[in-house]
Amino acid sequence: MTKSGFVIANLFRKRTRTILTLLSVIMAFVLFGLLQSVNSMFNAGADFVGATRLMTQARVSFTQALPVSMVPKIESVPGVARVAYSMWFGGIWQENTPLFVFAINPLRHRDAYPEYVMPEAQWQAFANTRTAMVAGKLLADQYHWKIGQKIPISSNIYPQKDGSKAWAFDLVGILDGKDDAWRRQTNVAFINADYFDEANQFNLKGRTNFFIIKLADGANAQAISKTIDAMFENSPDETKTQTEKDFNLGFVKQIGDIGLIVHWILFAVFFTLLLVVGNTMAQSVRERIPELAVLKTLGFSDASVLGFVLAEAFALCLFGGLVGLSLATALGAMVEKGSGGQFQVTLDGGVWFIGIVAIVVMSIAVGLLPALRARRLRIVDALAGR
Amino acid sequence: MSESMVQIHNVTKVYERGKQKVEVLHGLTLEIPRGDFVALMGPSGSGKTTLLNLIGGLDQPTAGEVTVAGSRLDQLGSSQLAHWRAHNVGFVFQFYNLMPVLSAEGNVELPLLLTKLSGAQRKKNVAVALEVVGLTDRAKHKPKELSGGQEQRVAIARALVSDPQLLVCDEPTGDLDRTTADEILGLLQVLNREHGKTIVMVTHDPKAAGFARHTLHLEKGQLLEQAA
Repeated sequence: MTKSGFVIANLFRKRTRTILTLLSVIMAFVLFGLLQSVNSMFNAGADFVGATRLMTQARVSFTQALPVSMVPKIESVPGVARVAYSMWFGGIWQENTPLFVFAINPLRHRDAYPEYVMPEAQWQAFANTRTAMVAGKLLADQYHWKIGQKIPISSNIYPQKDGSKAWAFDLVGILDGKDDAWRRQTNVAFINADYFDEANQFNLKGRTNFFIIKLADGANAQAISKTIDAMFENSPDETKTQTEKDFNLGFVKQIGDIGLIVHWILFAVFFTLLLVVGNTMAQSVRERIPELAVLKTLGFSDASVLGFVLAEAFALCLFGGLVGLSLATALGAMVEKGSGGQFQVTLDGGVWFIGIVAIVVMSIAVGLLPALRARRLRIVDALAGR
Repeated sequence: MSESMVQIHNVTKVYERGKQKVEVLHGLTLEIPRGDFVALMGPSGSGKTTLLNLIGGLDQPTAGEVTVAGSRLDQLGSSQLAHWRAHNVGFVFQFYNLMPVLSAEGNVELPLLLTKLSGAQRKKNVAVALEVVGLTDRAKHKPKELSGGQEQRVAIARALVSDPQLLVCDEPTGDLDRTTADEILGLLQVLNREHGKTIVMVTHDPKAAGFARHTLHLEKGQLLEQAA
């Protein structure tokens, strides 16, 4: 027998109670892992981008389209290397699966986003085929799309001129990301803006939701933002220019402050867990006061007895926490696979690190008071049942 | 039996029960030679267990000196006392006080976790201790699978395993039938006579006291007589 063996034996003195407590710890950490991953997923929209691009949208809202004719003016600003533009198309695949589809100018997009990798021939095919579409690899893999295939997509926002909501595009390319972070951004599809302009019923010809401004090396992003916005001040199309990171974060915040929501849910979960596990530990110590006194009688110091109780709390939280985080990792991977990479909720190292810290903090929080009680108990009083 | 195992000089012990102060021992002086087997008798509240607790280093006197196995226990701090207990004294309680989650051998091994012995050496010592008390075949059994007499034998093995010179027994047969009690007392006698352990035992039972070499009577916190 070892000291750790003794700790584990004590932990399972009331098997049912320990198992139920363990299950609550496991559930809490599954929730923690998945919610924290969701939080990371939303933040990832901002983290992977560099500081090489600016985004310009209408000052009031990005839903208000801006004229594409602004492109040459923006491109004339010193420090601007290239300007691309993008219009939200939406799109529904088959019955009711929403897709991220944007209408773009292919070659401008290629220049603005060197992080997207696709053979030049496919870029050219995209630019030269009016009904062309390119799909990100994640999306293409998910729906088994192959180059040359006709992709039927309906749009609830933009009907065609004849009133039909059904569109069909020719898949001419599949683009990938240059690294893992960008590969995770390939759950999108792009269509040709020229074709969209002509074919949509709303006569949105020559308008777009936002401009993507690729900066030249060493350009001053802040100064360029101000210059662009100043250029269109007091015009019918006032602009708001910001870094790509701020733009992405702002986009996510349209849904709500995900981070805050996640943190409040987790706070409620862990607060409840503290009460559950804390009560288990307190009860466990209370019902074996005489045994703890015997340990001290045998020569175990006050500190050793405190250590035993803390070790029990730690073992309970560590086992439950690791199982919970592992389950969350497996579930996250399943969700990610099932969604074809659209919901990237796989637990990364950062979530595991926070999870381990949470395990340690929770162990101390639930174990410290019972441990201090065990440390303080006087042998003669405890043996006499006082 | 020349030198003293226990020397108690002018010891007073006062307990505070709420606002009330209760003096349990009043200037008690006592000497127990090494290798002796002493029975402490007296009515309830006479201070037997309090005296035993002081001898075993479980409690500190309010005044006076307590020297056991050459150490002034009244001058030791809490952690020093714990260390002293681990190396100098073994305890046997009325209700055995075994760890229900551990097997017999696990209970006996418990005090050895405080030593630097290897796992193999600990197992060897445990086997010897269980053999001394005649429980080798019950080593793997949990306390609830043992009879009262067997539980007390495990408790005695636990008290012996780190080879202390002093055994402190608080009503060791109080929960046992006569036959089993006599077996346990016989075992204590063997430990005293053949292994040279000094034993101090609290008991209400005159027949149990008959197994000791000497009997001390306490009444109202004072020693009444010393009988051979």
